[in-house]
Amino acid sequence: MSDVAPPETAAGHAITELLGGFIQELRQAGLPVSLTENLDAMEAVKHIPLEDREAFKYALAATLVKNNAHWRAFETVFEVYFSLRGSKYRLVEGDEDDMAKLLEELMAQQEEREGEGAKSGAGGGDMMTPEEIAEMLFKALQRGDDAMMRAVARQAVRRFAGMEPGRPVGGTYYLYRTLRNLDLDAVMDRLMDQARESAPEPLTPLEERLERDEIEHRVDQLKKEIEAEIRRALVADRGVEAMAKTLRKPLPEDVDFMHASREEMAALRKAIYPLTRKLAVRLARKRRHGRKGPLDFRNTVRHSLSYGGVPAEPKFKYPRPSKPEIFVIADISGSVAAFARFTLHLVYAISNQFSKVRSFVFIDGVDEVTRLFEGVEDIADAVHRVNTEADVVWVDGHSDYGHAFEVFWERWGKEIGPKTTVLILGDARNNYHASQSWVLKEIDKRARHLYWLNPEPKSYWNTGDSIVGEYAVHCDGVYECRNLRQLERFVDLLA
Amino acid sequence: MADPSYRFESVAAVRESLRKVDYLSDEGIAGIVYLADRLGKPVLVEGPAGTGKTQLAKSVAEITGARLIRLQCYEGLDESKALYEWNYKKQLLRIQAERADGSTWEQVEEDIFSEDFLLTRPLLEAISAEEPVVLLIDEVDRVEVETEALLLEILSDYQVSIPELGTITARQVPLVFLTSNNTRELSEALKRRCLFLHVDYPELDREKEIVLTKVPDIKESLADQVARIVRSIRQLELKKSPSVSETLDWARTLVLLGIESVDVETAKSTINILLKYQTDIAKAVRELEQDNGTIETTK
Repeated sequence: MSDVAPPETAAGHAITELLGGFIQELRQAGLPVSLTENLDAMEAVKHIPLEDREAFKYALAATLVKNNAHWRAFETVFEVYFSLRGSKYRLVEGDEDDMAKLLEELMAQQEEREGEGAKSGAGGGDMMTPEEIAEMLFKALQRGDDAMMRAVARQAVRRFAGMEPGRPVGGTYYLYRTLRNLDLDAVMDRLMDQARESAPEPLTPLEERLERDEIEHRVDQLKKEIEAEIRRALVADRGVEAMAKTLRKPLPEDVDFMHASREEMAALRKAIYPLTRKLAVRLARKRRHGRKGPLDFRNTVRHSLSYGGVPAEPKFKYPRPSKPEIFVIADISGSVAAFARFTLHLVYAISNQFSKVRSFVFIDGVDEVTRLFEGVEDIADAVHRVNTEADVVWVDGHSDYGHAFEVFWERWGKEIGPKTTVLILGDARNNYHASQSWVLKEIDKRARHLYWLNPEPKSYWNTGDSIVGEYAVHCDGVYECRNLRQLERFVDLLA
Repeated sequence: MADPSYRFESVAAVRESLRKVDYLSDEGIAGIVYLADRLGKPVLVEGPAGTGKTQLAKSVAEITGARLIRLQCYEGLDESKALYEWNYKKQLLRIQAERADGSTWEQVEEDIFSEDFLLTRPLLEAISAEEPVVLLIDEVDRVEVETEALLLEILSDYQVSIPELGTITARQVPLVFLTSNNTRELSEALKRRCLFLHVDYPELDREKEIVLTKVPDIKESLADQVARIVRSIRQLELKKSPSVSETLDWARTLVLLGIESVDVETAKSTINILLKYQTDIAKAVRELEQDNGTIETTK
C-alpha cells in the first residue's frame, strides 16, 4: 500500500480480460453472477483509480456480490486472483526496508530496557531467529500496529511454515505449522500480564475482560495476515488457477453438516439465526395470504338480503390452517449430532407454525427432551443441553436404531395420532443390529406423515451398515439433508 | 467540480463531505456512494437494524443539497400508494361540470386523464421532480415479492409508464437508496439492478469516533470504554446485538448520569438501554461479571 505502482494491466483491453477470468472464477465458486452484473463491474472499474486496491475491491463487490453471506467467498477469490497483480504484492521488495527499520527500532528498545548489548544486527532480509520473531510478535500485538503485524506474519511464514515449492499440501497445513511455532496462547498470556502490570491500579474484572477481548481481536487479525501470506506464497508457487481451485470453499448454505470444520460450524451457527427468522416470516405470510376457504353458503345468502336477494357479495369460510403436530426423533450419536442440532434448532425456531412439537433423541437408548425446550427463550442453549442431559445410552453408546425405535414405540407410540407428523433424523447406520423396521410401519399407520431426513449423500445410502432403504419403504419420504439449503427447503415444505 | 454532471469528484471527497454532516463512513460506504453517482445506479443497503442505513440516505441528501423523498414500505403497499393514483373525485367533478357546457365525450376523456388529475406518490414524485432529489425506499424487504416488481422500471430506467398518459421519464437521474433488514431474500431482478452495500456494525475505532461526534461533552476515555464494551457484547451470541443507535443512547445516558468510567455495577444497571431482551441482558451481565476464571479457559 505504501508504494503506488501503476498496475501492469493499465490498458482497458487487458482489464476486460482479467475481469472476465475473475468472474469465471466467481461462478466456479458458486456465486451467481449475471451478465448485467458483469457489465456493471466493467463499467464500475472505469471510475475507480486502479492502483487503489481497496476501492477496486469494493467496486467489484458492490456490482458482483449481492448477498452478504457470499462476501467471504468473494474475498478469497479476490485475494487469490489479484494477489500477483495488485500493488500489494510489490510490498515484498519494498517492505524489506521497513522490516529492517522495525527491527532496528526493536533492538534499540531492547537494549535500552535491558541494558545489555544487542545479540546481532540481523539484517531484515535474512531469516530471523525464533526468539526475535517472538519478541517482534509480542511488540506488534501490544501496539496493534498493522504494518508490523504484516511484517511479523511474513517472517513467521518464512521461518516456520517450511513451504516447499511444488509440494501438494493445502494452506491449512502450513497455517497449522506456523501457528504451532508461534505459540500464540503464551503470547496472549504474556500480553495480559503486561497489561496488568502497566495499569496504575489493579484491573477490575471488566477492564480485564475488555483488555482480553482487545488482545484476542488482534491475534485474530494476525492469524488472518498469516493466512493471507501463505495464500500469496502458494499462488506465487502454483499459479492463480490451481490455487483458486483448491481454495474454493462452499458457501455457508452449502456446507456439509457432517464434514464441517470447526470454523464452518461457527459460520453455520451464525447463518441459522437469519435463516430461521426469514423462514418464520415467510411461513407466517403464507398462512395469512394462503388460499381462501371454500364458499360459505349460509353466510352468502344471509348477506344477499341486503342486496335484495342477489348474492352480490360472496362470503368464504375462514380457512382453518391445520397446524401439524411434530414429533422429531433424532439420532445424536457423534457422526450426525451436528445435523440433529441444526434441525432441532430450526424446528423449534418456527415452532409457532406447529400446534405442538415434541422431540426425542437416541443413540442406542431413547429419551424425550421436549421439557428442555419448554419455556426456554434461548434455543441454542436448550439444544446444547440436549447433548449433555439426555439419557440416551443403553449399552455401549453406538447407534442402535432398532432398539431405540422399539423403546420409542413401547413408551410413546400410543401418543402418535392422525395429526402427527413424525420426523426421523439420522444416517441409519445401525452397526449391524436388528432393524426393527416394523415399528416404522406401525408409526406410519397411525401418523399423518412419516419423513426421514438423512444427512449422508445419496450415493452412500445402503452401503456398509446403512439400512436406510429398509426403513424407507415405510416412510412417506426420505430426503437427503446435507446442508442448510436442503434443510430449509424441507422445513418449508413441512409447515 | 471538474465535471458538472457528476455530484462527487472522488471517493475521498464523498467521505470528507459525509464527515462534515456528522456521518462517519468507511472506505466501502463512501466508495459505493461515489459509484452510485458515477454509474447512475440505485444502491441496495443491507445490514442489521440500527447501523445507519437510513441515515446514510439522509446524509447524502444533505451533502448534495437535494430533497429527500421517502417511501416507507410495508406489507400491502400497492401502486396507488407508491407510484400514482387518479384523483377520482376531481375527475367526477370535471365530468359533471362538462355536462353543462356540452363538450363531446372525447374531449372529456382526454381531459380527465391528464396530469392535472394525477396524484403523484413518492416514486413518481421523485421521477418528475425538477430539482435534485434523493429517493429513499425504506425497508424494501417488507413488501411482497409481487410488489417488488413495481420498483423495477424505476430502478433500471428511471421512468414510470402510466397506461393513460404514456411514459414519464426522469428529468434528472436521482440518487436512489433502498434499505433492507434482510427479513427475506429479495428477488434477483431487484438485486441485479442495484449496487449492493452491506453495512455492518462499525469497527472499534469508527464506533468510538461516532460516539465522540454524536455525543457532546463525552470524554475520550469514556467513549473508548463504551466502544470496547459494546464490541465485547456483540461477540456474544445474542438475539439482538446492540446497534449503533443503542450505543449512542447508552453513551448519552452515561454522560447524563455523570459517570466518568464504567465499572461492572454501572454497566449492569444501565445495560437495559443497550439490550432489549431479558435473556440477552442476563447473558451479557453474566459475561461481564466473570472474573479471572475465564483466563484459564482461553488457553
